Amino acid sequence: MMGGKTAVDTIVSSSPHLQSKETISGIMYTVLIALIPAVLVSIYLFGMKSLYLMLACSIFAVATEGAVQKLRQKEVTINDGSALITGLLLALTLPPDFPMILAILGSVIAIAIGKQAYGGLGHNPFNPALVGRAFLVISFPVEMTTWTKWVGPVGAAIDTQTGATPLNWMKTEGIMTDYSALFWGNISGSLGEVSAFAILLGGLYLLYKGYIDWRIPLSVLGSVALLAFLVGEDPLFHLLAGGLMLGAFFMATDMVTSPITKLGRWIFGLTIGFLVWLFRIYGGYPEGVMFAILLVNMAVPLIDRYTAPRILGEVKARG
Amino acid sequence: MVRMWTDLLRGLWGEHPIFRLVLGMCPALAVTNTAINGMTMGLATTFVLVTSGTIISLLKHFIPQRVRIPSYIVIIATFVTAADYTLNAFWHDIHGVLGLFVPLIIVNCLILGRAEAFSSKNTVKRTIFDSLGYGIGFTWGLVLLGVIREVLGFGSIFGMQVMPDTFYNWTIMVLPSGAFLTLGVLLGLYNMLIQRAESKNKVLHTVKTASEGAFTDESVY
Repeated sequence: MMGGKTAVDTIVSSSPHLQSKETISGIMYTVLIALIPAVLVSIYLFGMKSLYLMLACSIFAVATEGAVQKLRQKEVTINDGSALITGLLLALTLPPDFPMILAILGSVIAIAIGKQAYGGLGHNPFNPALVGRAFLVISFPVEMTTWTKWVGPVGAAIDTQTGATPLNWMKTEGIMTDYSALFWGNISGSLGEVSAFAILLGGLYLLYKGYIDWRIPLSVLGSVALLAFLVGEDPLFHLLAGGLMLGAFFMATDMVTSPITKLGRWIFGLTIGFLVWLFRIYGGYPEGVMFAILLVNMAVPLIDRYTAPRILGEVKARG
Repeated sequence: MVRMWTDLLRGLWGEHPIFRLVLGMCPALAVTNTAINGMTMGLATTFVLVTSGTIISLLKHFIPQRVRIPSYIVIIATFVTAADYTLNAFWHDIHGVLGLFVPLIIVNCLILGRAEAFSSKNTVKRTIFDSLGYGIGFTWGLVLLGVIREVLGFGSIFGMQVMPDTFYNWTIMVLPSGAFLTLGVLLGLYNMLIQRAESKNKVLHTVKTASEGAFTDESVY
């Protein structure tokens, strides 16, 4: 499943085959570059504590990967960067004041249970970073929803104070946050989700490199916006608030846990969008991107099976 | 006498009901959020296993082959009802927590499995040792699951606080998903231990199981 451009409908042909120069580590380090804007914004907004969280999660994710591979007597492939990305992505979904020890626990769980327990890279049905986050959300609901409100850049007279996220404001008080704050990131929220601008920058870079398929982010974002509009909510607000951007560009597009056919990707993205909308508008939590992606991850083998292209000459089964 | 010991030890380790046969998953997942719940459920199951096994073994020549399963169920249900009422009378609080899962012991595959595979074909004496082995094996499995989930989920063992105040309780461990996580990890560890032991004395093991009649020969699974 790994390697190669992503937007391919699988065609099996006889040799000679074209060989792609792309490697797993090449793709992973490109994703790492694409995350730099979000990382820098979170350090600017929340200070060094956000850097420490990201470092801790990344280091422990890589260490866990190596340790489990040693234990399983498999080749140790910590240099391919996939564990590093998982750790960093997990950190980007955490609140700024999240206890370090729990963040480390989350990244250990993400790699050990979310990835290696299934057989390692390429075999995990769920996005490992989101498995880690789901574990943390269910285990430590208070710590995971204690948000630091953005007041001014680090070093300003008032540093930070706790406050609700824009989605919380909207859900409980009906207060909307203005678009520019949502776009640039001076709101409270997880480390990496606050600035839609930084995520878009990284996402567009990945699209340009061809490592993610435009169909997935477009269908996720499009369906959320459309459905929000249909029930009279503000579509732009729903696009910019919460973890939707981060989820649509960096989580849902994970090559291992997304479908391989074009049609499958449309179905995948639209289902995620529908669930996000359902959870946000009617659910108990203010945000539902994580659970939406995890749920649809589960359906990916099924989607792949029903959207697999027919082999040349194969007759459509009657049914 | 050696035979009695192998009957007893079989259920304790080699054919452990939870970690080896993966039977009785309903109580293993549902009631092990604390150690005391796991222990109560395990002991109640052991009681039913031993008593119903004894009766079935005594009646093995009188039960017609065609209606044996309903007959076993009636016998098992009798003792489950007794266990249910006893728990309710003397340990009312725990009975309230376990609730529906006590009557559900009737449909625990472990009990019917032993009735069909062992009690109905062997002497009373051997049946008692066999049932005790499986019962205690089931109990220690439930207690282990319960202890791990209680320590991580509540920071305590059998209700006593063992973790420092700074420990963050892993709420997920008390929830059903925690049961699946714990059981999965334990199953993996158990398989690893068994595999290591087997590869160490592979020749010895095959000879042993062949001569003593492995579990699969006498079972209906």
